[in-house]
Amino acid sequence: MEFIYYFGDVFTPISFGLLLLGTIGGLILGATPGLSPTMAVALLIPFTFQLEAAQGLILLGAAYTSTVAGGAVSAILLKIPGAPANIATTLDGHTMAKKGQGARALQLSFLASAVGGVFGVLLLIFLTPVLAKWALAFGPSHLFWLAILGVTIIGSLDGSSVVKGLLSGCIGLWLSTIGFDDIMGAQRFIFHPSLGGGINIIAALIGLFAIPQVLSMFAKGRKDTTSELISVEKHSIMDALREVVSSVRALSIGTITGSIIGLIPGVGGQIAGLVAYDQSKKFSSEREKFGTGHPEGIIAAESANNAMVGPSLVPLLTLSIPGSPTAAVLLGGLLIHGIFPGSDLFDNHPQVAWTFINSMLIGQVLMCIFGLYVAGLAARVATVPQYVMAAIVLGLAVFGSYSVQSSMGDVYVMLSLGVMMYFLERFGFSAAPLVLGLILGPIAEANFIQGSMIANATSGLGPYFLTGTLNLFLIAIVIASIIYSVWMELRSRRYTAKEDLI
Amino acid sequence: MNRSQHIIPSGIVAAVGLWVAYISFTQQPSEAFLFPRLIATIFVVLALWTFAKALLGRSRTGAGLSWEIIRNMAPGLLVALIYVFWAAKGLGFYTATTIAFFILLCLYDPAPHNVLKSWGKRLLITVCFMAVMYGLFAKLLKVYTPREIFF
Repeated sequence: MEFIYYFGDVFTPISFGLLLLGTIGGLILGATPGLSPTMAVALLIPFTFQLEAAQGLILLGAAYTSTVAGGAVSAILLKIPGAPANIATTLDGHTMAKKGQGARALQLSFLASAVGGVFGVLLLIFLTPVLAKWALAFGPSHLFWLAILGVTIIGSLDGSSVVKGLLSGCIGLWLSTIGFDDIMGAQRFIFHPSLGGGINIIAALIGLFAIPQVLSMFAKGRKDTTSELISVEKHSIMDALREVVSSVRALSIGTITGSIIGLIPGVGGQIAGLVAYDQSKKFSSEREKFGTGHPEGIIAAESANNAMVGPSLVPLLTLSIPGSPTAAVLLGGLLIHGIFPGSDLFDNHPQVAWTFINSMLIGQVLMCIFGLYVAGLAARVATVPQYVMAAIVLGLAVFGSYSVQSSMGDVYVMLSLGVMMYFLERFGFSAAPLVLGLILGPIAEANFIQGSMIANATSGLGPYFLTGTLNLFLIAIVIASIIYSVWMELRSRRYTAKEDLI
Repeated sequence: MNRSQHIIPSGIVAAVGLWVAYISFTQQPSEAFLFPRLIATIFVVLALWTFAKALLGRSRTGAGLSWEIIRNMAPGLLVALIYVFWAAKGLGFYTATTIAFFILLCLYDPAPHNVLKSWGKRLLITVCFMAVMYGLFAKLLKVYTPREIFF
């Protein structure tokens, strides 16, 4: 119950102001098609440099929570999901909006998001300290395997090709070794003076997530991409609240599905929303109404994608393993303040950890309250043409990456990595495992070197890294995740081939 | 999507993988390259696998590139490259951003170029954006950016 002691810290004027700013800004950014939650959080990191660690994390956490929920606004009013997590919301939400029930759909979406989100954060509150204590038992070999596990799980589950996902992870791990070696001081892969200090994580995150989006928007050319905005009529909030409460089945399915999926590293909100929608449809007595503007569809999808947010941070805060690309960006936000997740975070910086987690809990409530009022404004922002958005994001990316350490080298790295990622993505490679490799690479290397030294003095490299219950357990998960993904890939190819024949 | 589209990127990735492996296994001190060697081995295996699949025409993932995409994207990409690699430092951040932003709006705004109102709109958006950027970065965050001409 340690978290209760730090509740007051969220309500200091600066912290609460940042929470409000992050929540409202996140709702607007989330509603903007093309601005994913990961990219929004990455672009916000430079604004946290001058803040204290807890305050910076409050801003980033609030933005993460509300961008996921804000994506429902454009999904409902424009039929364009603000983020992949909101795809399932479009199915019933937009149909309801077209029937003149846009306000009802938005209210259901924000109320369900808040219920799912609060449950998810409570899970984060109660699971994190237990796992953080467990993490104390981890030695260098275990931490090495954990870092590899983070890269392989995301590499194999994210994207359509397991080999390309794992290859993306390898590219990220290699990029993390560029610069001077920590122990020997030797130069490694420095083929341009800008890379002397290694690749700055924040600049890389901005480039890898923002620039491919900018280029995708450019690729649409001079088309009029403005969508028709459906007007919203008034609807009683109490009626919507009663409707959410009465839809216990859809709400429970959404919340539980989202929470479980959130705990699995690499599985994002997009899957949470779609799985919850599908399960809710299967268990509903009115399954034929799904897709025709059924409230249960919105409730299941939105409660799931916000319930996923809290649990997706559990592996990050306990084991330093980001469970999702957005969690990886949040890790970047922690590292720039010199704070390492895991037991160090809860033992040495409990104020930072608990203020951040508590702010996410309060942020869910604020997101629900403000979401209902900001939805109209957010929907208008969502109609901003994509070419304007592209130019804005490019400008923010350049200024943001420069402001990290006032270095033009970071700007060059940002754009180079971004352009490279755009072309790689066109051929089935994925940014998420590459980012995970880049972030987890130093953790993996430090523990590999430390482990090698211990191994040389004791049992030897093989026995040290490849024996022991925990090592074998982690290796088994690495192998199982790869085998499972290969099996899923082969199965989906077989189905595609059958469909082609039909 | 034709086979050569997959061969080129996977070939480049394989070449990078081989270069990383070559550097890792030949450079000294070898202790500094212990971890890169580990990565390079897996990197090369996966990259060659991907390249072989592309050569055999069995690589199917990704949407690939079309001439339309390249034609649409090329002007914006060129502006972005000039902006970042030359103009930002050569002209100063704010001047370069103003010019790049305005050019991008002109390039991608579907409104006709012969209408004065659309030029006015583009100019207004640029001025508003730059005012926000100046307020955020110069005044709020106090980031000192290269300022060569004007401001």
